[in-house]
Amino acid sequence: MRGLWKLSQTEFKLFLREPAAAFFILAFPVLILLLFGSIYGNDPSDLFNGYGSVDISVPSYTAMIIATSGLLSLPIMLTTYREQGVLRRLRATPIRPQLILTAQVGVIFLMTLIGMILMVIVGKLVYDLRFSGSLLNVLVIFILGSFSFFTLGFVLAGIVTTARMAQIVAMVLFYPMIFLSGAAIPREILPENILNISKILPLTYLVTALRGVWFGADLNEYLTEIGIMLAMLIVGLVVSVYTFRWE
Amino acid sequence: MNVIEVSHLHKRYGNKVAVADISFAVADGEIFGMVGPNGAGKTTTIECVEGLRPPDKGQIRVLGLDPQKDGYALREQIGVQLQESALPERLKVGEAMELFAAFYKQKADWRALLERLGLTEKVNTPFAKLSGGQKQRLFIALALINMPKLVFLDELTTGLDPQSRRNTWDLVREIREQGRTVFLTTHYMEEAEQLCDRVAIVDQGRIVALDAPENLVRSLGVEQRVVFRVNGRFDPTPFYNIPGVTRVEATNGDGKVVVYGRDNEFLTHLLQAMISQGIQYQELHTEKPSLEDVFLNLTGRQIRN
Repeated sequence: MRGLWKLSQTEFKLFLREPAAAFFILAFPVLILLLFGSIYGNDPSDLFNGYGSVDISVPSYTAMIIATSGLLSLPIMLTTYREQGVLRRLRATPIRPQLILTAQVGVIFLMTLIGMILMVIVGKLVYDLRFSGSLLNVLVIFILGSFSFFTLGFVLAGIVTTARMAQIVAMVLFYPMIFLSGAAIPREILPENILNISKILPLTYLVTALRGVWFGADLNEYLTEIGIMLAMLIVGLVVSVYTFRWE
Repeated sequence: MNVIEVSHLHKRYGNKVAVADISFAVADGEIFGMVGPNGAGKTTTIECVEGLRPPDKGQIRVLGLDPQKDGYALREQIGVQLQESALPERLKVGEAMELFAAFYKQKADWRALLERLGLTEKVNTPFAKLSGGQKQRLFIALALINMPKLVFLDELTTGLDPQSRRNTWDLVREIREQGRTVFLTTHYMEEAEQLCDRVAIVDQGRIVALDAPENLVRSLGVEQRVVFRVNGRFDPTPFYNIPGVTRVEATNGDGKVVVYGRDNEFLTHLLQAMISQGIQYQELHTEKPSLEDVFLNLTGRQIRN
């Protein structure tokens, strides 16, 4: 385990020095929450089953943060390290490869969590955010969703050859996904045919489950969503083990 | 005592044979160099020895360990500078040293290391802002952070300007003076000649010669050349009586004279004869055959830098 703590600390600092990643995970969700909050407010609405626009947005944006971490940050970071030869240099030391990846995943998970907490704090302070679920259930879905998207990021990093390519593929997957899944735009205002398309997007299941438990549903009401994310996690892990490359 | 023993190493990538049967040993305390053109198999060999690549065939022992089976134990004890590697762009020099120190059981004082490598002022500089020479010095510092017995330097001076290259040579000599063994690769023949106690010349995945650089040069049997200028007429006849002289070439016109000769005493005899005969000469210098000539002789090709 020697080196893991120092490596995690270092990765944490480096993450904060990377303006784009830090912005999109920590600042951007809060900013759009404030923007749409100022437009729509957070008054209870029939469209959202008696909840307000901000109430609906917080779990949805949380899913968006997870997608940003897993689909954008993680693969871009990994492929950049691989391309520059950082992974090669680390491999010439006695640190175990599992620890290198643990530090990366640990830091990105922590940042995702902080991104959500910041949004909850701002939502609570500014719009009196409503939360009627169980914190434990939310955490279960949050953790499962995060790790299933992280493995998707590992798969992506394993498949593409360059950091540039990772960036392009990640964007192509990311943008349609956040808009169609209900992560960035409330699902209630999307037309029927878009909602049908969204069924093939993994993020849709995370948004559904996260919104569900956020407003008090039990985990067993979302077994399909949980099953799909577990399957993503397992398949992703297996594929990323086979496709992982140091250089 | 040998710190590295390699026998019958083979490695191919797809259809391309990178290393085709290489055997050698590196003794404790020496600077051992592998020299050859790009693509000769030097980096593949050094990376197999470091345990970063699995060989297809052959035995490797490094500090008594098998680099594939005992990789982690081996990496505790060796220092590695890789040909192509980098650190995260925004990682500062001091942070890099602290981070790498955390990976090892045994560690040197990293501030003292930076001091010795002239990087103390750069302690808060991000990696991306360092010059080529500073990056290489940082990689040397990182390679020494675990006080290794054995240090690998792969193409250490590639891309450096001549001044930085010479400074780096001094650093390598210093590493050896601290009692460490150095295994380096280079495609600069001059570097191998200046630095190494023994040199393996590698071409197309094989070692074509292995000895001390001066022995390699001597084994060529090429004459030394003494070049100078004279004013006025030059009569080469008396020069043939000087012991060791094999040939004299004089260009009439510009007064350039080249005297070819063998054995160590040749230059002394030549100078004595010229002084006693009162021959006035200018711009006298000697031209020795180099490892470049050895390579040319062995492979029939010029090494391309």
